[in-house]
Amino acid sequence: MSMLAEGRPTKQETNVTMPDQNAITTHTGNRALMVDEPLIFEIGSPDRSGVDLPEAPQVESRLGGLERKAPIAIPGLSEGETVRHYTRLSRQNYAIDVGLFPLGSCTMKHNPRLNEKIARLKGFADIHPLQPVDSVQGALGVINELAVWLIKLTGMHGVAMTPKAGAHGELCGILCIRAALEARGDAREVILVPESAHGTNPATAAFAGYKVEDIPANAAGRVDLEALKARLGPDVAGVMITNPNTCGLFEPDMKAISDAVHAAGGYVYCDGANFNAIVGKVRPGDLGIDAMHINLHKTFSTPHGGGGPGSGPVVLSEALAPYGPLPFTERHADGHITLVEEETVEDRHPHTFGRMSAFHGQMGMFTRALTYILSHGADGLKQVAEDAVLNANYILRSLEDVLDAPFAHSGPCMHEALFSDKGFTNDLTTLDLAKGMIDEGYHPMTMYFPLVVHGAMLVEPTETESKAAIDQFIGAFRSVAERAKAGDELLKSAPHFAPRRRLDETQAARKPILVWTEPEDFAEAAE
Amino acid sequence: MRYLPLTPDDRQSMLATIGAQSVDDLFVDVPEEARLNGPIEGLPMHAGEMAVEAHMKALARKNHAAGDMPFFLGAGAYRHHVPASVDHIIQRGEFLTAYTPYQPEIAQGTLQTLFEFQTQVARLFGVDVANASMYDGSTACWEAITMARRITKRGKAILSSGLHPHYVSVAKTMARFTKDDLSYQAPSLEAATDGQNILDQIDDETSCVVVQYPDILGRIGDLSAIAEKAHKHKALLIAVVTEPVALGAIKSPGEMDADIVVGEGQSLGVGLQFGGPYVGLFGCKQKYVRQMPGRLCGETVDAEGKRGFVLTLSTREQHIRREKATSNICTNSGLCALAFTAHMTLLGEKGLRELAMLNHKKAVQAADRLSQINGVKLLNDSFFNEFTLVLDTDSRPVVRQLADQRILAGVSLGRLYPEEQPLAHGLLVAVTETSTDGEIEALATALEGALS
Repeated sequence: MSMLAEGRPTKQETNVTMPDQNAITTHTGNRALMVDEPLIFEIGSPDRSGVDLPEAPQVESRLGGLERKAPIAIPGLSEGETVRHYTRLSRQNYAIDVGLFPLGSCTMKHNPRLNEKIARLKGFADIHPLQPVDSVQGALGVINELAVWLIKLTGMHGVAMTPKAGAHGELCGILCIRAALEARGDAREVILVPESAHGTNPATAAFAGYKVEDIPANAAGRVDLEALKARLGPDVAGVMITNPNTCGLFEPDMKAISDAVHAAGGYVYCDGANFNAIVGKVRPGDLGIDAMHINLHKTFSTPHGGGGPGSGPVVLSEALAPYGPLPFTERHADGHITLVEEETVEDRHPHTFGRMSAFHGQMGMFTRALTYILSHGADGLKQVAEDAVLNANYILRSLEDVLDAPFAHSGPCMHEALFSDKGFTNDLTTLDLAKGMIDEGYHPMTMYFPLVVHGAMLVEPTETESKAAIDQFIGAFRSVAERAKAGDELLKSAPHFAPRRRLDETQAARKPILVWTEPEDFAEAAE
Repeated sequence: MRYLPLTPDDRQSMLATIGAQSVDDLFVDVPEEARLNGPIEGLPMHAGEMAVEAHMKALARKNHAAGDMPFFLGAGAYRHHVPASVDHIIQRGEFLTAYTPYQPEIAQGTLQTLFEFQTQVARLFGVDVANASMYDGSTACWEAITMARRITKRGKAILSSGLHPHYVSVAKTMARFTKDDLSYQAPSLEAATDGQNILDQIDDETSCVVVQYPDILGRIGDLSAIAEKAHKHKALLIAVVTEPVALGAIKSPGEMDADIVVGEGQSLGVGLQFGGPYVGLFGCKQKYVRQMPGRLCGETVDAEGKRGFVLTLSTREQHIRREKATSNICTNSGLCALAFTAHMTLLGEKGLRELAMLNHKKAVQAADRLSQINGVKLLNDSFFNEFTLVLDTDSRPVVRQLADQRILAGVSLGRLYPEEQPLAHGLLVAVTETSTDGEIEALATALEGALS
């Protein structure tokens, strides 16, 4: 009798010997639900369309003699073909909806569907950013209400809502610092960034015209306070510190760091990518922070969408708020909300450093984030942080006997657990373990980040996973880790069961093919 | 709490495994004096779906939705019909709730759509390559200026007066800190673009020329002469397209030898959404590809020789290069890029061309009707689906008055250029396939009433 892994018998056992699956070929090369899908350029044609449009009126065109005559060569598909094309492609993706997604520092939590429904209400989805403000009071109300929540949750003075993602928020914060320093005639040139920081931190500081210097970490995975103090001086504009940091640890000296930086005339930027761990538990404003971005697509559950869009509002201290970007909302005593933009700026916000993007920020993310926040309330958000931290510590303590956890001795972690590749044999690497996890049905953890730990594996379960789901994940992770330590050769060729085997990234980078070309043109180009 | 699966028993048993007495033991690194003991005061507690939905719906109802009334706003954000299947596709959980495709073996869905997107954008723009999207058109425009600086090693950019004023503002904000030298003046109400003025400014110190096409006033100017002169001085031409549908009707910037073409992709698939999220488009000539910002998807093969796709050339990017990266951008606009590419696939070249001509010819009809009104003049000789009317009075109060009559008439130049008194009479009117003859007539009638 054959059985499902758990449960009732499925059919009577027969005497048929089951052949080796790998030996079976199919005509199409497909394997049941695992179906390859060609490119639209291979299945569509420029004269096919999935859209019916009315005839254009019979009038002379006025295109200035610049009519597009040459072929555009963009193929079309009927509606049915289009839906099938993307549906088939979607099935080659891992996603939170499919399973636990333990990507450290990325906070892959469940994306509530109420958020999607609300964002699609015509009163939010079908309004233009330049409509007269009286016709968009509800939209400005959403921005204003979300702004109030973010200010109260962080204990800060103001918030810039327009940055379009985390890195754009970092840029906003750094520009505020620069504007504040310029306003007092202080041309400082250096931003200090810990080695463990996200790559966006040094890139942002450089993009804003600063020199970047490293701050060393101590043996406990935290900023080395004494080394930082020693480096502070009249050339240091500020520090960028991630808290909780990318090792998944809270910086206990945060207030002392802020005080030292302030005493030396600089400002403190906090990368708030990991705010999920502390929302409702501690307010960054109480730790002396001057600016911090909040990734709405992490802490507040707006979907990652395969790489974006994000949204990165920046909360600001009293010292920096006057320099924040345009536009923003102001609620008046009668409930009316106005928009402070270019024409009203002289009266209302004279020190602004200007505009960071067209229009008013990521409205579609604001509606989703506010819906999420209202669903949780002040009590639920605190529970979010507690459960996220509980789940991560549970993973840390359940696996520290099999995997090296470099900072586990120093106490509990926050929302993510960090392991290293120490003890792997037979030249097996973190990458091999990650690919082994794919075969187990999981998206791997974040790998090789932070840079301060060899072969780093950063595991963030988030609060939306059940204990049963986490136990199953721990079992799989333990099994693959044991194989890595035992030197299991099969891990080197993993994944074996994904839609693709390991992809040749070296070839992709050496001779980049970034667009599709007709096979005959491609052959010529290759000659 | 409906999103949190742990039960009190689960929590107790997990704490026991950890060896902690209470969850507060896990927060020991947070200094005692900074720790909050209960929920933050003055904020509401959790709420069910019905209550939250009621609250949000009440806010939504306070807005005048474009589809509920005659609507003619553009200026960088356009109302187009988005086919029903586009929203269905982007709500597939496997797309919606996936992360950046860092593990390509289980992200071929996202990666192949990005490869298709890059190819569509490159063909639409008439350039060799395109990236996997930026935040929006305005930020893509600044990134293009910095890319030109890296290529030419010069810091002087000439911005056309026809560039969207928000795009100009973004560039000015950044240039103040990076010390780039931007040359810009506001447009004047003339039928001709500022092409000649730009030609006169290009010299051996010029890094790039940034020209919007069609421009902010809707005018369409040939870019060929600007490209030629820029190249003679080893400068780059950056073309900015805020209405990609136009490229179904008019020559692509690449055909006129633009080096970098950036744009706002919102018109296809994304919808208005009060200004965001949108999707920045970014394409360029092959020879500049290694100076491009943002994520790039490339074709390769897997260990069995099967075609597959990966993120590539990441040595340009912040997570590898840190402070030496081409940009600090990390998150892009993946889901909006998917909406764009799905809409483009539904259209195909045939549909795109038909859509473009429908937009254009409806706009021609509307321009003719509106310019018959006493006190209204049509500025443009050429335009795509948006044109400038010059009223015999300030246009801002007229726009507000018509909004009170539930007609969203267009974007007043007074709102876009509050400091430019000569532009105050200008009104930008956009007409798309969604505008009906009846709505155009309603606008004309209301405008007649307002100006009489």
